[in-house]
Amino acid sequence: MHTVYLDNNATTRVDPLVFEEMRPFFCDRYGNPSSMHSFGGEVGKDLKTARERVAALIGCDPSEVIMTSCGTESDNTALRSALESQPEKRHLITTKVEHPAVLNLAKHLVKKGYHLTLLGVDQDGALDMDELRDAIRDDTALISVMWANNETGTIFPVEEIAELAKSRGVLFHTDAVQTVGKLPMNIAKTSVDFLALSGHKLHAPKGIGALYVRKGTPFRPFIIGGHQERSRRAGTEPVPSIVGLGKACEIALENIHHENTTVRALRDRLEKGILSSISDSRLNGHPTDRLPNTVNISFKFVEGEAILLLMNELGMCASSGSACTSGSLEPSHVLRAMGVPFTFAHGSIRFSLSRFNTREEIDFVIEKLPPIIARLRSISPYMEG
Amino acid sequence: MWDYTDKVKDHFMNPRNVGKIDDADAVGEVGSLACGDALKLYLKLDKDGLIEKATFQTFGCGSAIASSSALTEMVKGKTLDEALKITNKDIADFLGGLPKEKMHCSVMGREALEAAINSYRGIKSDIHELEGELVCECFGVTDTQIRRAIHENNIGTVEDVTNFTKAGGGCGRCLERIDEILKEELGAKQAKAPAAPSKVLTNLQRISLIKKVIDEELRPALQADGGDLELLDVEGKKVLVSLRGACTNCPSAQITLKDVVQGKLRELVDPEIEVVEEVKCTLSI
Repeated sequence: MHTVYLDNNATTRVDPLVFEEMRPFFCDRYGNPSSMHSFGGEVGKDLKTARERVAALIGCDPSEVIMTSCGTESDNTALRSALESQPEKRHLITTKVEHPAVLNLAKHLVKKGYHLTLLGVDQDGALDMDELRDAIRDDTALISVMWANNETGTIFPVEEIAELAKSRGVLFHTDAVQTVGKLPMNIAKTSVDFLALSGHKLHAPKGIGALYVRKGTPFRPFIIGGHQERSRRAGTEPVPSIVGLGKACEIALENIHHENTTVRALRDRLEKGILSSISDSRLNGHPTDRLPNTVNISFKFVEGEAILLLMNELGMCASSGSACTSGSLEPSHVLRAMGVPFTFAHGSIRFSLSRFNTREEIDFVIEKLPPIIARLRSISPYMEG
Repeated sequence: MWDYTDKVKDHFMNPRNVGKIDDADAVGEVGSLACGDALKLYLKLDKDGLIEKATFQTFGCGSAIASSSALTEMVKGKTLDEALKITNKDIADFLGGLPKEKMHCSVMGREALEAAINSYRGIKSDIHELEGELVCECFGVTDTQIRRAIHENNIGTVEDVTNFTKAGGGCGRCLERIDEILKEELGAKQAKAPAAPSKVLTNLQRISLIKKVIDEELRPALQADGGDLELLDVEGKKVLVSLRGACTNCPSAQITLKDVVQGKLRELVDPEIEVVEEVKCTLSI
């Protein structure tokens, strides 16, 4: 059975070209880049290339890129660094729809005595800029707003928020894990101070991420030890993964147009196909300001996990904001923050595409999904009459 | 993905007895759209008072549908009194087990059965209004339901109260009240049990036993949920510990500490032990 993988916001396949680039660094070129001998030292040049490729994708200087283990570490480093470098400031602003890497850390920091403002979103998942403006205080150390939401794909006006933060003397961090490689960006032309990205969201392996830190931004390392990453992140570099991330970024840059044309068209085809063929279904997220690969749709009177299980039987992979998929008992915090009614929130499915998806796969889903929803609705007590 | 048994998968993929009975003798309805699962159970009796036919309609996840299907199979051919003896554990056992986070699906089945039989017998079974105090507003769970789940399923933690009843799984404001109810029920259980003979331990024996209980009884369970616990020091009967991993951010951390950790140490080491959380490395931020 062919697997139709439409869960690319969860993780992506490693691009075979990325894998090939990484291969020599496991058994042949395995030296430690910190070693004095040339066998290790030569590897340092490959790390330099990888860093340049990451920088090229987001539009910054390579010296501003710190390699990390994942997006979560990048987010944690940014938040903790911003607070530690400004001990007199005790206030943090973020949103209710952030990834747990930011949201749960922010809540944890409250227990340590920090003050937190959580901004709400409207029904499209968009922020109220006036509310953000009003939330800034004299002791605000950092504003952290994701570039695009992982569940709905809704894009936030990050450049505008960064400008606002700068004008008020506040540092600005963005979790761009879902955005890097999907939208063109030139970070040097913005006022963003920190940006987090993750390798496995853009066809590099899991376990590698990066943090952009604008030159001149005060920085305190999260992991302290050796001198790696110019003493900003200790630990022997995972060379194969860094090389893989670099190659993935290079390929992503080459494909950014494809992402915004071909992938977007496939996503639109899927969205239109589902919404037009299944009654009582609705789009979650902004109708236009949305990542080109993401569509989140809710189906009234059915539950998300049950939909996923039946999709799984036919080889289709997606995600749900349903409570029952997570062990939590409430549906997605993102959908709840957007005010999606329970009738729909429990039956939400996120489809996230990549450049490896085909039109045949999309058409397969458009064909197979309506009977699945119909079958579950035929069991549902709410579909009587 | 949940680790469902083949029988759960079978009853989800091929649910038995789906639909409604137009001339049903008894109908029981529990759950709601807000809760994320709901079950409507229909029963038809034969002339001898045996359940001749049982059908269901369910809004919910795989295990909710499977539990409903299992229930309809289990009650067929039984009298109402026999059917009333079916517990949520019986439903879960019929399916070869359910993930502990999904045990509330089996409870929903049992409650729908009760609701149906009560309606047949003319007993008003609006549990929320009539039976006890409403504890969890998010999911409409009463203390009666919680106490019953604690007893029937031998529940010892607040987390498992949530797994079995959903209470506390929403905003979390009722977690403290659930903790109180749990303590009351566990206290009542202990009161019934004969008191264990007290044993005088030397300091060294006490420390050694505390370490053993933490390493062998407590840490594996916490680690299974992504958390951990470190023993920092023992000062007389005061045990200083530090939570690690997922436990550090867990909203139920204090409950875990007092109920699970302190409870177990009191049970197995010394009833006067007090567990105190110490933050070993205070952030410099």
